[in-house]
Amino acid sequence: MPPLPIVVPLVMAVVVFFTQSKLWRPRLLALTALAHSAFTSMALWGAPGAGSAFGWLRLDAPGRLLLAVISLLFLACAVYSVGYLLYRVERENRRFCACMLAALGMMSFVSYAQHLGLLWVGIEASTLASAPLIYFNRTPRSIEATWKYLVISSVGIALALLGSFFIGYAALLGGSQGSLLFRDLLSAAPALSKPWLRAGFTLLLVGYGTKLGLVPMHTWKPDAYGEAPGMVGAILAGGLTSCAFFAVLRLTQITAAAGEGDYANRLLIVMGLASMGVAGALMLGQRDLKRMLAYSSVEHMGILAIAAGLGGTATFAALLHLVNNAFGKGAMFLSVGNIHRAFGSKTTDEVKGALRRLPLSGTLFLLGLFAVTGSPPFGLFVSELLILKSAFGAHRWMVGILFLSFLLLAFAGMGATSLAATQGRPPLSARRSGYRDTFTTFAPALVLLGFVLLFGLHIPEPVRRLIGDAATALAVGR
Amino acid sequence: MTSLLSSLVAALLLINLVALGTSRIGTMVRAVALQGVVLGMLALAAHGGLDYRVGLLVVASVGVKGWLIPVILFRALRDVAIKREVEPSLGFLPSLLLGALATVLAVGAANRLPLVETRLAPLLIPASFATIAAGFILITARRKAISQVLGYLVLENGIFVFGLLLVDAMPFLVETGVLLDLLVGIFVLSIIIHHINREFASLDTRRLSLLKE
Repeated sequence: MPPLPIVVPLVMAVVVFFTQSKLWRPRLLALTALAHSAFTSMALWGAPGAGSAFGWLRLDAPGRLLLAVISLLFLACAVYSVGYLLYRVERENRRFCACMLAALGMMSFVSYAQHLGLLWVGIEASTLASAPLIYFNRTPRSIEATWKYLVISSVGIALALLGSFFIGYAALLGGSQGSLLFRDLLSAAPALSKPWLRAGFTLLLVGYGTKLGLVPMHTWKPDAYGEAPGMVGAILAGGLTSCAFFAVLRLTQITAAAGEGDYANRLLIVMGLASMGVAGALMLGQRDLKRMLAYSSVEHMGILAIAAGLGGTATFAALLHLVNNAFGKGAMFLSVGNIHRAFGSKTTDEVKGALRRLPLSGTLFLLGLFAVTGSPPFGLFVSELLILKSAFGAHRWMVGILFLSFLLLAFAGMGATSLAATQGRPPLSARRSGYRDTFTTFAPALVLLGFVLLFGLHIPEPVRRLIGDAATALAVGR
Repeated sequence: MTSLLSSLVAALLLINLVALGTSRIGTMVRAVALQGVVLGMLALAAHGGLDYRVGLLVVASVGVKGWLIPVILFRALRDVAIKREVEPSLGFLPSLLLGALATVLAVGAANRLPLVETRLAPLLIPASFATIAAGFILITARRKAISQVLGYLVLENGIFVFGLLLVDAMPFLVETGVLLDLLVGIFVLSIIIHHINREFASLDTRRLSLLKE
């Protein structure tokens, strides 16, 4: 019996697809998300590693953390969807709701996957399931964004498959049975053929890095995030990227265990710094709010890559940052979605004075800005400080200084755009749509931001243990 | 057996060059379909015998790549009524020369890497690298959306050739996953192609330039 957090969303995706009522589909979506969270809590209650008879699908400590993040983020987005789809009732939502659930099922699948091939299948399937979400609006722009997303991610994912094959070949050369289970790869790591492992890791980093949106494979990101509805942006930026980052972490661990850690770390840090720098530069003068968030996501993926490359204590910081980023980005995308609805636009040419027109979402957006740029007292401040501390602790002065200056650059860019959107008066030309904040479109963003604030003030013990266990498991052999 | 294997590999490489050199999209679809069939035969020849796993792999490869995907693509072609790739961003002759160069380089690169055994690997690894390179050239140097999809298929075929080295070691489930993902991928892409055509009245990806900094 495969685990429930995988099966239930997939079954419900089919059910939703054949549900005739336009109003019931979003409700079923939210109910499934609720059930998913319940099953996830049950899975977290059990001992790590339990959950399935298969050796291939097993919930280990990192998987538990990933599943928890995905489940909570998706629940918030699903509740938001009820309000959003009710407001946009003129749009057909059959394919949208079904694909949302399929994406949830496949992201859970990634959390359970203990096999290099299965991991790839999960990430590929979640990519495909999320593509129709981007073109919900059926505008020429959204179709263009979907096309770029599909072509660039498909090529990236194809390279990741080739990289997985290379690692399989390295395992065959190493004289092992060529098992691609992470556990076996990790124990056989010293015997893996080095040239194939290096080539495999590089291809996998490029492949999954495309999903993360690391520079120079980031070009699809502003387009896709910019054209997708708010909660899709939240799921892409918080869920799918987290899945890909876990894949990168697991592969880095294997590569390090094989004695090629320096090579992997250097690659991660260089790509991470490049992502932070390029994203920071492109955020300056950015007028489109959703594209700004997309570049902010590129920046945070760069931060994660740097933390992964630093290793050691930075692994804990990376995972904490991942959690904070998922919830912080989630809150931002949901509130920007509301602002977009209220102004009928998402560029600062027309969006001004959001605080006046939309007091709740506007405030949340402004607070989210401080959270995402890493200001105290939010959680991202803590995780970024921890990463900086490990950089300086390892005497990586250059990395630390560049890290800090790119953070300032991002703050300047995001700050200018966000303040322009929230302060002042709404221009007379900006047409007033009928949108008002409702409970379902506002509360999810508030809860997500609440978590980011909580993690900045005090990390509750169970959460600390969840992250700590995952970091310990990912540090074995490094 | 080795002579059969090397002729299949030669066929694979020739099809790459055909796909790179043709301006007719119909020819390109047929070439890629034929490549799917050759891949199925290659899987059979590489394994040297027939058990149920290899049998399924062959059927799936020939059925999906040789028949199903071409049918979907021809349907898409009929809907959008295009026949040839005009003005590729890189000319047909330069693409062809680049593809040939990539083949030579692939042989060189494969010779420098450690190999598990000497029967299959010296043939399959260069063939795989060369096909992947051809796929990349097609994706980046063609402007019609459908040619890019075909390029993606050639790229996947190259990866599949490498996967043949691991058929015994890799679990069957993964091979199925590969084919399934490919199928769904092409299906989703062909739907999007349909939408591109409806919204932009063209499949020229240069028209897809609303979104930029």
